[in-house]
Amino acid sequence: MNKTLIRYGAALGALLIAVPAFAQDLTFWSWRQEDRAQYEKFIDAFEADNPDITIKFETFEATNYNTILSTALAGGTGPDLMMVRAYGGLETLSSAGYLMPLDGEKIEGLDAIPANYLTAETQRSDNTVYAIPFAVSTQFILYNKQIFADNGIEEPQTWDELVAACEKLKAAGIMPFANGTATAWQNEVVVGALTSSIMGKDFYEDLAAGKTDFTDERYIDALTHLKDITAYFPDGFIGLDYPSAQQLFTSGMAAMFAGGSYEIANFRNQNPDLDIGVMAAPGETADDPKLVATYVDGGYAANAKTEHPEAALKFLNYLASAEFGQAFADDLSNISTIPGVEFKDPVLAKVAELDKQSIPYIMLTDFRYGEPTGSVLLQAEVQKMLDNKATPEEVGKAVTEGIAAWYEPFQK
Amino acid sequence: MPRLRLTGRGLWITVLIVPPLAFVALFIVYPIISAFAYAFFEWKGMARGQFVGFDNFYKVLFAPPYASYTWNAFRNNVMVFFALMVLQNGVGFLLAYCLWRGLPGARFHRIAVFLPVVLSTIIVGYMFKLFYHPLFGVVNISLKSVGLGALAQPWLGQDTTALWSLVVANAWHMVGFPALVFLAGMQRIPGEILDAVRMETESEWVKISKVVWPLVAPSATVVFVLLFVGAFNWFEIPYVMAGLDGSPYGSTDVLGLLFYRTAFGTVSSSTQNFGMGSALAVLIFLFIAAVASVITVKLRAREIEL
Repeated sequence: MNKTLIRYGAALGALLIAVPAFAQDLTFWSWRQEDRAQYEKFIDAFEADNPDITIKFETFEATNYNTILSTALAGGTGPDLMMVRAYGGLETLSSAGYLMPLDGEKIEGLDAIPANYLTAETQRSDNTVYAIPFAVSTQFILYNKQIFADNGIEEPQTWDELVAACEKLKAAGIMPFANGTATAWQNEVVVGALTSSIMGKDFYEDLAAGKTDFTDERYIDALTHLKDITAYFPDGFIGLDYPSAQQLFTSGMAAMFAGGSYEIANFRNQNPDLDIGVMAAPGETADDPKLVATYVDGGYAANAKTEHPEAALKFLNYLASAEFGQAFADDLSNISTIPGVEFKDPVLAKVAELDKQSIPYIMLTDFRYGEPTGSVLLQAEVQKMLDNKATPEEVGKAVTEGIAAWYEPFQK
Repeated sequence: MPRLRLTGRGLWITVLIVPPLAFVALFIVYPIISAFAYAFFEWKGMARGQFVGFDNFYKVLFAPPYASYTWNAFRNNVMVFFALMVLQNGVGFLLAYCLWRGLPGARFHRIAVFLPVVLSTIIVGYMFKLFYHPLFGVVNISLKSVGLGALAQPWLGQDTTALWSLVVANAWHMVGFPALVFLAGMQRIPGEILDAVRMETESEWVKISKVVWPLVAPSATVVFVLLFVGAFNWFEIPYVMAGLDGSPYGSTDVLGLLFYRTAFGTVSSSTQNFGMGSALAVLIFLFIAAVASVITVKLRAREIEL
């Protein structure tokens, strides 16, 4: 009797001593500094259900995030959990073996995520998923509903109607578009946001199948339309940088902004009174499907060498759950990749609706796997075109030849 | 051979020399040597692959498309060097001369000229970016208000003006430095020489070209060499004002930006290539070291001992 008691006591003592060792501290890195409060909330919810795990959320400046993360991982001091980029950006990390491979067994909700989103976080060489895609971004036109209503403008259904709306706004002394293209990546944005309907779904399918390249007349036509519509961009827009363009829209000086769904939360923060509408840029005729350009923003991944693989997977499972997907959509005003999420915010619901008629944001999704990337080429060439130093045909040719350096279907 | 005993003076010398030497070795010599080593390997993301000899060097110098980036950036660096030579060192010399001659307000201007130098480059970059704003920038608004609206430009958006706009920002920021160094040089010129000149001529031009300029040669050596190193290491101003891509379409691209993009990647270029980045860094280092030494030797030769 006495002996048993002592044994129980010893066992209990050992357990008590061991408990702190069970508590697992994990770090979680992100480039979304602006979402810190929301992520802290998500993490609190997770920790409440998993009292033995604590997650420390750390953020870094977005433009340097890739560098900081890959340097840390190479030095063996990386985080346990992290946000990673998608497509080519993922492969930089996954091909070096830094990320934990994932599958439907490890992550319960993984197989339910639509395939076109999962591709974004799949390494092509081993066909393995390395991260849970977290947000879909959409490139389209954001507009100021108040300005549209004041000037009696409806969402244009054809390209001519878009031009007519611009004329009307210009006559009323309002800048039709707020966009500026001095910031390189904005040049890629305006192509995706304004010309997806013009190039059309067939073009993308032919391109993806390797049947055509960027000298295709459908693409040239799209670039020509872009060049034409920049007549309604602000004076000197080629010297206007991204933050200035955003301010022109949020201050109500301009009616439209060709940009991404990621702008919505940002614009609302800057001007809570702004009544934002979203629409796809029209095609040539009302019969052409109105397309937006979509891509996966990034994913949640675990470090292959984490000391707490179980805890990391537990957290990833939480991030792939419907519960998290809903919270993500509600609190961050972002389109979650997780199926079955309902959008309470009407603008977000509209974005999700528009996403059903889309083509990929081509350069990011398909042409960032080699150097020079399609994005880098297109950004520079469009800048050249908008500075009247290149024609749309020359842009298409230069981009195709540049990509041909590493993309076989373009090598003729 | 006298033994350096670790007592008294010997101890002091050791204690004072070892820490800085260790610091330099750890944070300067070691990174440079490792960059040399990195440049000879193939890199997959951040993982080191196999030894590839001079392959990375060949790629950045001769293989398309990298070679065209390198030479474009190099050409811009050269243009920046010459432009700054005129705008920064040339104007700096004239300012120094005016300050030295004690024109009215010289005491105030001596401080005013140097003041921008103490500002952070990042602040200067953002400030000039606002000046060049196509809609609200002070440059375009000033031009419009004096009826020269036709000259208003999207300064940072076209290849014809972007690089020069950055050069002007840099010159404004740093002009106080050569001015200060030249001024110090001028103040070292002995009064007897100046008195002697004054008996010969009243011409300012003769004074500048025949007396002052040769006698401030040591100052010129310093500012020329520093400007050369600065122009080929140029990074902050283009990074802040034009972005990592050397926007628009490479017209403000310089070797510093290209190195950063190649080694670390950008949001738009997915791949990071440490091998080629290191090769670029090594080439930049060798080029600067070689040319700077030649310039120093040549310029030293024309210095006159007073």
